[in-house]
Amino acid sequence: MSFLYAKNITFSYINDFDENESAKKTTVFRNLNFAVERGEFVAVLGHNGSGKSTLVKCFNGINIPEEGDVIVNGYNTKDEEHLLDIRQSVGMVFQNPDNQIVATIVEEDVAFALENMGVEPKEIRRRVDDALKTVGMYEYREHAPHKLSGGQKQRVAIAGILAMRPDCILLDEPTAMLDPNGRKEVLKTIKMLNNEFGVTIVLITHYMDEAAQAERVVVMDSGEIVMNDTPKKVFSRVEELKNIGLDVPQVTELTHMLIDEGISLDSEIITEDECVQALSDLLSKC
Amino acid sequence: MLKDITIGQFFPGNSVVHRLDPRMKIILTGIFIVLLFMAKSIIALSVGIVFMLGAFLVSTIPFRLMIKSIKPIIPIIIFTAVLNLFFITTGDTLVHFWIIKITTGGIKTSIFMVVRIVCLIIGTSLLTYTTSPIALTDAIERLLSPLKKIKVPVHELSMMMTIALRFIPTLIEETDKIMSAQKARGADMETGSIIQRAKALVPILIPLFVSAFRRAEELAMAMECRCYHGGEGRTRLKQLHIASRDFVALLVTAVFLAGVILINRVV
Repeated sequence: MSFLYAKNITFSYINDFDENESAKKTTVFRNLNFAVERGEFVAVLGHNGSGKSTLVKCFNGINIPEEGDVIVNGYNTKDEEHLLDIRQSVGMVFQNPDNQIVATIVEEDVAFALENMGVEPKEIRRRVDDALKTVGMYEYREHAPHKLSGGQKQRVAIAGILAMRPDCILLDEPTAMLDPNGRKEVLKTIKMLNNEFGVTIVLITHYMDEAAQAERVVVMDSGEIVMNDTPKKVFSRVEELKNIGLDVPQVTELTHMLIDEGISLDSEIITEDECVQALSDLLSKC
Repeated sequence: MLKDITIGQFFPGNSVVHRLDPRMKIILTGIFIVLLFMAKSIIALSVGIVFMLGAFLVSTIPFRLMIKSIKPIIPIIIFTAVLNLFFITTGDTLVHFWIIKITTGGIKTSIFMVVRIVCLIIGTSLLTYTTSPIALTDAIERLLSPLKKIKVPVHELSMMMTIALRFIPTLIEETDKIMSAQKARGADMETGSIIQRAKALVPILIPLFVSAFRRAEELAMAMECRCYHGGEGRTRLKQLHIASRDFVALLVTAVFLAGVILINRVV
C-alpha cells in the first residue's frame, strides 16, 4: 500500500457566518483519489483555490475528509488515537516562516516538537543538533529567529519538523515569501533531504522551475487532479497548462516556440542545462 | 519610536549571571526589589546600587543597554521627582514662591525616589537581558507549578507568555510597516489634538489586529503539526539545575540585604 493514500475523499469548508444558505458550504473536492509512495518527491501545482493546500492538509490530520479515508503509513487520519503518530511521521512546513516559529531561540524552536512528544532531554539535544546541521543552521542555534533572513527562518522551520524524524514532509509554498537566494537555499535543502535521507516530499509551489526538479508533478484545477506524470511529460503539455492558468518553465516555453517555428528540438526540455545543451548541439550542426 | 521597547530582549552571553538558574534569578530579583524598598536612606540605597552595578559588570551586558532600559520610563521618573519636590515640606525652605515651596527634605526625597526607581528598572531589566524569555517562562512555570493542584492552568499561561514574547518583535515590525503604508496613503499621525491623534491610530490598529488573528490561526496549526497537545507529558530541551553558583549568588544577595538592614539600624 502507498505511504500516503487518499481514497474517494470529499472535503468542504463550512462558513457559519454566511447569510446565504447555499454559500455556507464550499466543497473543495469530491471523490478525489491520490497516492504518494515512500521516498517520492511530488510537486503539486495549481492556481489559487484549486484545492491543493486543502488536499495536502488532509495528509497529516489537519483536515479530516467528510467522506472517504486518508491512510497515512497504515493509520487512518480519522483515528484520533494515532493522530500524534501521524503528525510525527508526516511533518508540515507552511508559507510564512514567521507564523510557525514558536520559540525565541532557534534551538528551542527546533526542540519544540520533541518536547511535545516527550523525548528525553539528552536525545532532544542530539536530534536538535543533527537537524540544525542537516539544514546548515547549526551556527545560528543561539540566535533569535526574527533576526534571521527569510530563507534561514524557513530552514529553521524545516529543522523543527526534521527533528521529529518524519518519513514525509509536506511543504505548502515554502518559498513563496522568500527572495531568490532564500528560495535556492530552501529548495536545495528539500532536495537533499529527499536524495540523502529518503524523506518523502510533497511540495506545493507556484514556481515551475521548482516543480521541474520533482520526480512527479500533479496539477490540480478546481478540485480535480488534471495531470499526474513526470515533469517532462506534464510540461510538454504547454497549451493545456496555459488554459488552466499555469505557466511552464521559461526554457520549455522557449523550446516550444522554436518547435512551432519548425526547428527540430526535443519537446521535453525542462531545465536550463538541457536547453543550453540542445541549443548548442543544434547550433554546432549549422 | 517603536524600536525603543526592550522588554523581553534577550542578549545571549556566557557570563555567570547568564548561567544562573532562571528560577534563582527570579528569586534574587525579588530579593533585590525588597532590598530597594527596605533601604531608608541614600547610604542604604547605595548598597543596592553597588549590588546592581556589580551584577551588571559580571553579566558583561553593554553599558548602553542600561541607559536604554531607563528611556521609556523617563516621564514617570520626572513625574515622581516633581511630585516629591513640591509635596515634601520637611527640612529648610530654599525657595518659597506663591504656593510652591521647595525644601531640602523635598530635594532629598525626590533624589532618593528617582534613584530607587532607576535601580528598580535597571535591576529587573538585567533579568530579561540575561535570561532567554523561554527560560524565564519556564522558570515561572516551575515556580508556580504547585498552583496546578488548585487547577490554575500554569502550563497554558506560560505558553501564552512565550508566544507573546516571541511575537513582540514580529508585531512591532508589522506595526512599522502598516504605519508607513498608511502614511504613504496620506495618514497624518503626528499633528492635531490628542483625540485626533488617537483616531489616527484606528487605521493602524485594525489591520494589526486582523493580521494578528491570522497569524494566531496559522501558528496554532503549525503547533498542532508539531504534535502540540498541551502540557501533559512534555519534556524540556533545557533542564533546570540548581548549581553551587546559584547558592553563592543567593548568599551574596543575602549579604547585601543584611547590609541594608544593618545600615538602616545604624543611620
